[in-house]
Amino acid sequence: MLMPKPDQAVLAKRNRLIAGLHDILPADCVIGDETRLRAYECDGLSAYRQLPLVAVLPRETAEVAAILRLCRELEVKIVPRGAGTGLSGGALPLADGVTIGLSKLNRILEVDTANRCAVVQPGVANLAISQAAEAEGWFYAPDPSSQYACSIGGNVAENSGGVHCLKYGLTTNNILGTEIVLMDGEVVRLGGRHFDSEGYDLLGVMTGSEGLLGVITEVTVRLLPRPPVVRALLIGFPTVESAGACVGEVIGSGIIPAGMEIMDRFAIQAAENFAHVGYPTDVEAVMIVEFDGPAVEVDHLVARVSEIANNAGAASVRASRDEAERERFWAGRKAAFAAAGQLSPDYYVMDGTIPRGKLAEILGLIKRLSEKYDLRVANVFHAGDGNLHPLILYDGNVAGEFEKTEAFGAEILEACVVMGGVLTGEHGVGVEKRDLMGTVFNEADLNQQQRVKCAFDPDGLLNPGKVFPTLHRCAELGLMHVHKGQVPFPDLPRF
Amino acid sequence: MTERLAPNSESDVVEAVQWALAAKTPLEIVAGGSKRALGRPVAAEHSLDLGSLTGMRDYEPAEMVFDAGPATPVAEITAELAAKNQQLAFEPPDLGPLLGEAEGRATLGGVMACNLSGPRRIKAFAARDHLLGLKAVTGRGEAIKTGGRVVKNVTGYDLCKLMAGSWGTLGVVTDLTVRALPAPERTRTVLVFGLDDGRGLKALRAALATPHEVSAAAHLPAAIAARSGVSYIMEAGVAVSAVRVEGFGLSAEARCVALRDALGAFGPVEELHSKNSGTLWREVRDVAPFAADTAPQVWRLSLTPDKGASVVAQIAGVVLGAEAFYDWGGGLVWLALPARDDAAASVVRGAVDEAGGHALLVRASERVRRNTAVFHPQPAALAALSARLKRGFDPDGVLNPGRMVAGV
Repeated sequence: MLMPKPDQAVLAKRNRLIAGLHDILPADCVIGDETRLRAYECDGLSAYRQLPLVAVLPRETAEVAAILRLCRELEVKIVPRGAGTGLSGGALPLADGVTIGLSKLNRILEVDTANRCAVVQPGVANLAISQAAEAEGWFYAPDPSSQYACSIGGNVAENSGGVHCLKYGLTTNNILGTEIVLMDGEVVRLGGRHFDSEGYDLLGVMTGSEGLLGVITEVTVRLLPRPPVVRALLIGFPTVESAGACVGEVIGSGIIPAGMEIMDRFAIQAAENFAHVGYPTDVEAVMIVEFDGPAVEVDHLVARVSEIANNAGAASVRASRDEAERERFWAGRKAAFAAAGQLSPDYYVMDGTIPRGKLAEILGLIKRLSEKYDLRVANVFHAGDGNLHPLILYDGNVAGEFEKTEAFGAEILEACVVMGGVLTGEHGVGVEKRDLMGTVFNEADLNQQQRVKCAFDPDGLLNPGKVFPTLHRCAELGLMHVHKGQVPFPDLPRF
Repeated sequence: MTERLAPNSESDVVEAVQWALAAKTPLEIVAGGSKRALGRPVAAEHSLDLGSLTGMRDYEPAEMVFDAGPATPVAEITAELAAKNQQLAFEPPDLGPLLGEAEGRATLGGVMACNLSGPRRIKAFAARDHLLGLKAVTGRGEAIKTGGRVVKNVTGYDLCKLMAGSWGTLGVVTDLTVRALPAPERTRTVLVFGLDDGRGLKALRAALATPHEVSAAAHLPAAIAARSGVSYIMEAGVAVSAVRVEGFGLSAEARCVALRDALGAFGPVEELHSKNSGTLWREVRDVAPFAADTAPQVWRLSLTPDKGASVVAQIAGVVLGAEAFYDWGGGLVWLALPARDDAAASVVRGAVDEAGGHALLVRASERVRRNTAVFHPQPAALAALSARLKRGFDPDGVLNPGRMVAGV
């Protein structure tokens, strides 16, 4: 993975930059020494590490704006960072860039149940929003697995999903407004407590823009009333095919469960050895299907899906009878990553999406690739929406094994695209999948996306080196007029 | 001489836009033309008529997804989906009759271009949330694609969101991939009678705070209720607040009973079953109460929900003869005002700005829509950002100039 070459002129300006930052922030909010900078050298994609030039921790929007103005004046790049739990390297620092950590913007400003929303700062943890709204009977629906740690600002930047987005939608469907700071220091508000935009849907395009368009300083999220009853089914299948077919049968019969997860045999065994939760171990796949809502609906759906599963050839069907049992069903799924960590020094989490109907096909392919690369894989899926998370086990201390793992992962993602899916369902492109973007988009597609970036950040100072495989200067993109399909386009070298 | 370009394919659209670029002449983009009376009139001599890009393809009920050309009638899609017990969950409105046109002419491309969503917006999200992917030709004459055929997708910027609600000013959409969802087995509507606007919206808020998964919540003041085709509502003689639940039979019925209990404290209650519910929510969706008399101007206000009644009271205190009803639990106000040259825009927008939200002038004469800001004016920094985006897609301004903002 090649990152843009650090700009020597910027490195030479470091002292001037730090002095300028000290004019804006108190001393403890400007981090320049190597020991403290180590905390910022990577995000959840820890295979890639880089010390930032400087890290700063602003405490309010005005400080964010002042930092951006200073960096623009000095032509210094910015890398925004939430909680650093991202899995695609979106917050990977730049040697010649300032990492701007939003962790001190961590207040819940208002829980407004009359308008079914909460106004929060970007550093607030995802789960903390639901906890703040719990007493009044409300919750914030998107629930990434890292929800106790990941920040809402990061969720917006990545358009995070979670186990329950099958029923409740992704981040983009569950936010009403944001305040963002543009690279020129201008503060703009998108949306509010009302629905939809008066003009272009800038809130929609900000969501999932991976820190390349603006720095988020406030988010207004939708709240929903908590469902009174939650129950889950734990279903064992003799084959992966029958599990995949069951997903299609359930959805096809008009049922949208709150969540629908599949684990393959290796993932089941790993989880069972680690967490001892009582999963059936003589099956090829385990599916957890969760329902929430009024008791009468949940009970009805538990019965109907049990029947569908039995007809689909399930080896075992268990319905949770109480909260403790439901939590046990989930304990194995939630422990899948930790269990993989116990089996191997390192593991690599993939994130592709395929049409639901291709589940068995992609699993078959992953199995063959696992043999080809001689690397073990545990598969966990958000099966209801075709979002797969193969965990490839490897040892980073063995020379060449990480590169082999990356090649394996790239083959899986390319297969997702061929099967009618996409490179990433919820983790983002970041640096990780940047160089695969060409398998989905052609040059015209990518150039148009970069023109969106140019409208927000004409100097390309926000998080460069992420998402786009080739960097273009905005002026060049502006000159790109097409005549009869001929593109007089200078092919800039890849970095 | 006015040209009407009628492309049969994406490459024809590319050619048409390149012709417009070369001739330095803008195009009005039309799918079915049913929304010409909505938004600002386009300052273009020639039109690009997408009427031939029509029809549903690759509908996969098990994947809950289909592709369609922009000119595909919404009615055709709705019928195809209904045959598989599925639906467009965002409940696209048919604003034809409100705008003085025939009903049933709305196209998928038009509904998406305007990001129009019906009463279920509060539960099932907006039109833009159901647009999974698209192909378009930009104002640079380049064919691009964005999104895909799956719901969970964060591969690149979400240009679907940007294109939805851009009123054909960023690109000419040539193909759309849209999500379908299961149609409910049963529908129930709980009615509460005799509440004034403030109490009515309070009742809706109470319903929306229950865990009964309310899928629509509207309040119709007495004069509006009297125009309904549902006898329970028309003959009530008082205001009617309505709350809808949908889903599996037993569940919808149980939630209906629970909501009757919860709302009984506000006033006398009644319930509507599937057929009457269908009629009522179609009326709310299509703004039917303001369709019969086309003289008044009609505004659509998207507001901070608990400010709905006070905004209407504030406007009605200044503009005599104002009429309003509420959807989205108070967050959407349909407002009819006696016609004026300035459409009372400063009064309406003053009240909306104070409450938080935006106001779209939906029905007014072409002259008024040309001379009044139809779309809610944006703060300078936001307007500048939007203008830069427009230039990024359409630097020469050949696509629908003036459709949203005069001169842009």
